[in-house]
Amino acid sequence: MTELTYTEPKPKIYAGATGDWELVIGLEVHAQVASKAKLFSGASTTFGAEPNSNVALVDAGMPGMLPVINQFCVEQAIRTGLGLKAQINLTSAFDRKNYFYPDLPQGYQISQLYHPIVGEGEILVDMTPGIGRTVRVERIHLEQDAGKSIHDMDPTMSFVDLNRTGVALMEIVSKPDIRGPEEAAEYVRKLRQILRYLGTCDGNMQNGNMRADVNVSVCRPGQYEKYQATQDFSHLGTRCELKNMNSMRFIQQAIDFEAKRQIAILEDGGSIDQETRLYDPTKGETRSMRSKEEAHDYRYFPDPDLLPLVVSQDLVDEIAARQPELPDEKRTRFVTAFGMTEYDASVLTSEVESANYFEAVAEGRDGKMAANWVINELFGRLNKEGIALSESPVSAAQLGGIIDLICNGDISGKIAKDLFEIIWTEGGEPADIVEARGMKQVTDTGAIEAAVDDVINGNPAQVEKAKANPKLAGWFVGQVMKSTGGKANPQAVQAIVRTKLGLEED
Amino acid sequence: MAIDTDTARRVAHLARIRVEQERLPALAQELSAVLAFMEQLSEVDTDGVEPMTSVTPMQLKRREDVITDGNRQDDILANAPDAREGFFAVPKVVE
Repeated sequence: MTELTYTEPKPKIYAGATGDWELVIGLEVHAQVASKAKLFSGASTTFGAEPNSNVALVDAGMPGMLPVINQFCVEQAIRTGLGLKAQINLTSAFDRKNYFYPDLPQGYQISQLYHPIVGEGEILVDMTPGIGRTVRVERIHLEQDAGKSIHDMDPTMSFVDLNRTGVALMEIVSKPDIRGPEEAAEYVRKLRQILRYLGTCDGNMQNGNMRADVNVSVCRPGQYEKYQATQDFSHLGTRCELKNMNSMRFIQQAIDFEAKRQIAILEDGGSIDQETRLYDPTKGETRSMRSKEEAHDYRYFPDPDLLPLVVSQDLVDEIAARQPELPDEKRTRFVTAFGMTEYDASVLTSEVESANYFEAVAEGRDGKMAANWVINELFGRLNKEGIALSESPVSAAQLGGIIDLICNGDISGKIAKDLFEIIWTEGGEPADIVEARGMKQVTDTGAIEAAVDDVINGNPAQVEKAKANPKLAGWFVGQVMKSTGGKANPQAVQAIVRTKLGLEED
Repeated sequence: MAIDTDTARRVAHLARIRVEQERLPALAQELSAVLAFMEQLSEVDTDGVEPMTSVTPMQLKRREDVITDGNRQDDILANAPDAREGFFAVPKVVE
């Protein structure tokens, strides 16, 4: 299969008072594993349950409780690693990251600092057709989520719900390869798409099932290239971490604000403090999250409750053998197999459900025509009405039936749109509807001739004008189409009108 | 490596253990003694020896992805100094 080729996007430039600046961005994405039970307990991961009801004693940090790892979560981390073309570490291990917070009852988070389950991989971040950057992934590790603190239910108290405590997260860490706010949002979008294709995370950002910490620094043009050549971070600026972003739009806005903030400080002769910041979407600004004297010292050490996690190459191979076709491969295949544009292929592969729907329509039919109908008519209509594809009133079989009728010459493209409308509102078999409602295209020359005669006889003045100006023949074609309710074959009408008017064929 | 009283104070703070000022020198000394023993251990030549994580050849135990626990809000909140409407209620913490 031929590969699509990409040129790297240009880094975003910020013009400062003292010259140009560039951005360097790396992301840590927390993706909740789509498991039923938690990473180390048998409590449910269901969202929106009664507070503190999806909690086992081990999640609550009760003395004497021991964590037992969920094998499914391990497999999903491996599946995700394979999906990002990453190296899978057959031996990994869990560490404790120690800190105190009311929603962390254990007093530590079980994570994988020293030996993550997945090593280096990559993600192709495609911006527009032909423009894309391969962003390196540094690692993926498994870790526990913390609970949820609610600060607005009482004036003096915070309320804590441990339902999310201990839910399995995959932390997917990128290298600082991203060069602009739009690229960062696109990276998250692409990663989300891959995770959804793999089924390892549902990608629901609203519920917090996928969220990102964004590391941002600024540098002068040329510095980044020095970093890439040497992998020496001293060429880059001091970074700030924007915590817990759960929307592509906010990620973009926050990075933009943060870049300008850092540039203003540097141009004033100041220096950037490495710190964690929070983005406030209502104010459109970032603010420092933790005071410096509280600087975290996590005192990581291997978790004595958990033996190293050893997986077999057989298991990895077995998961690899069952990997679905991923967005990049699918897009390339759609371009080569169906001859569609990369743009159309991107639209159709954005969700695996869309791609499957399209393939069902295209099966045994003209791929370009199927793409056209799925994207312009169906998706256009679904978007307009705010309906999900899964709720579409027109099935792939029905849409395919409409296309068959066009290809057989039974209906014109215009009638097909009316037919689509009927099926959208009333349902039914396309061929039956066409038959029952007399929508079939008239190809019977006698009938068309009669209709043409009627128009010509009824409009002698127009006939004279058309003989002088053959371009006016189109008016007769229009009248005939109107009088036949659009059912006459337009090509046949065109030919008969020209003959009857005594016009030369062009 | 010796632990001074400042380090002892910091470690105690990180662990959220209150240690009175006059107890700090003794604590620092104890911690130093522990570290000294560790340093003694590191004198042993362990080149080419795989780090051992368990004295018995055990595999990490796994569980199936099945819901086997939960729906015990009362148990979970039993030790809470303050609980309201199913939540733990704690002094306000806002970043």
